[in-house]
Amino acid sequence: MLQEHAKIVDFISTAEGVTGRKKLQKMIYILKKIGVPFQEKYEFHIYGPYSEELTARIEELCDMGFIHEQKEDKSSYVQYRYTVTDEGLEFRNALGKPVLENAEHAAKLNGKSARFLELAATLLFFDELAPAEQIAKLHSVKGKLNFTQDEINEAYAFIEELRN
Amino acid sequence: MDYAKQKLAEEKVFKDPVHRYIHVRDQVIWDLINAREFQRLRRIKQLGTSYLVFHGAEHSRFNHSLGVYEIVRRIMDDIFHSRPDWDESERLVVLCAALLHDLGHGPFSHSFEKVFDVDHENFTREILQGDTEVNRILQKVAPDFPKKVAEVIGKTYANKQVVSLISSQIDADRMDYLQRDAYYTGVSYGHFDMERILRVMRPVDDQVVIKSSGMHAVEDYIMSRYQMYWQVYFHPVARSAEVILRKILQRAKYLSGHGYKFEQPPTHFLAFFDRTFTLKEYLALDEGVLMTYFQLWMDERDPILSDLCDRFVNRRLFQYVDFDPGKDYRKLGELAQLFHKAGIDPEYYLIDDSTSDLPYDFYRPGEEEERLPIHLLMPNGDIKELSRLSQIVDGISGKRRTDYKLYFPAELLIDGKKKEIKQQILELLREGGV
Repeated sequence: MLQEHAKIVDFISTAEGVTGRKKLQKMIYILKKIGVPFQEKYEFHIYGPYSEELTARIEELCDMGFIHEQKEDKSSYVQYRYTVTDEGLEFRNALGKPVLENAEHAAKLNGKSARFLELAATLLFFDELAPAEQIAKLHSVKGKLNFTQDEINEAYAFIEELRN
Repeated sequence: MDYAKQKLAEEKVFKDPVHRYIHVRDQVIWDLINAREFQRLRRIKQLGTSYLVFHGAEHSRFNHSLGVYEIVRRIMDDIFHSRPDWDESERLVVLCAALLHDLGHGPFSHSFEKVFDVDHENFTREILQGDTEVNRILQKVAPDFPKKVAEVIGKTYANKQVVSLISSQIDADRMDYLQRDAYYTGVSYGHFDMERILRVMRPVDDQVVIKSSGMHAVEDYIMSRYQMYWQVYFHPVARSAEVILRKILQRAKYLSGHGYKFEQPPTHFLAFFDRTFTLKEYLALDEGVLMTYFQLWMDERDPILSDLCDRFVNRRLFQYVDFDPGKDYRKLGELAQLFHKAGIDPEYYLIDDSTSDLPYDFYRPGEEEERLPIHLLMPNGDIKELSRLSQIVDGISGKRRTDYKLYFPAELLIDGKKKEIKQQILELLREGGV
């Protein structure tokens, strides 16, 4: 019961907070793709893989008082920062066991930019394709972002690092 | 003659209660409708368990798929035809994607997917690109055509206008299911002036926008989405049936994995229990097959499986109470222990359910969101986001509304057995929001 909620709280707590909705979406997706048992269902949207279930779950956690959402006005855009409250920590301790076998993954993901995570998540979304096709697809759906070959190589290396 | 351009000698029409008539002129579309994988959609209800609340809601994904096709056909042939920003060569791929967008849905797909950890979108892709009648028809158009259709449905097609028509915040899929579900459930919400919306849709750059003169029709559509979610899709009694359905599948899977000898072996499910399923096995399932098993399992020796099936088949659903997990999550643990003591397995008989189990995709205007908002085309050519101009939409867009329920078999708590423990359970359920 509420186990899926507890997993999200545990992840945000381990990451010591996450800034950006897009970033949070991609972090959970990447972890799910490397085998972390998140249950949220993802579909492809404007910024790559996106889960309506995750959005709803975060909203519920804010509503329950387990996660604090802070809206930061960055003049040209608005950004949201998520941190776990004291009640959230109690909830996590009471209901959940750690979702990440390797807690360092949270820090590694958090250290990357939203753009980079969007790239890595999009590559993972097309991971059933052959590498050349995967990259062609990336450029087709993310043409405007002009990802360089260096960035793509870095994303592949990062995914590999998380998997090992 | 080029198969892609081949027309039927005579137009075929399907009588439809929502769109009056569905018109088919393209040979490809006619052949797809007659393919076995598409005919299978007749045996899968559009609204899953909602028929247990709204008895008229027996309509299928077949009806809905034809409806989405018809809406897109009207947009293509009557509205976008010859418009400078629209690429006419995309017509057939859009029509096929509209018709086939739900092809991978399985029986009671919401629960089935949760229990067996499968995704109907993957099955849609497999049906389109695998060894199927649908694939053979699409291949006749062009070798890469099945892949193109799959990309449109998967929202990864390069032409974003095409994707928008099938899947966006104002798309043919939603426009059909809102009206169709309203019609078959008999509710008075869900209606909006679709003809007006279609007439003011315009392809501009890489999206489909709405002329600002159609704003009020769009407001109605947004309101209908909001009301249908809370009144129909997230109805607490339909959720109760969904919870029981999920638990039946979960119990059958558990029993199979623990060496239980079924009186009626779950032949059709075995490949899903051990995750060795193929597309063929998936396509062999429909709601008739599942309901037959549920009927037969009512006579199983396992009391939980038999009871849950009886509840689903004979509509003896769980009761529910509202609860606030923020305050009461510890009580859930207490309740689970008391259920154990009372001899009722909480794994199957005490279930929490929340909005995130069936998320409402309410209109989101932007601000770091992942969905393209609805854009209005102003008379001077400017593009403005809908909620900036509409106070009604601004009033309900992006606003949080959550709902948590706790489901349990009320009659088992008042059957006179283990009275004292059950009294404690009832008190906990009654007190403080639980």
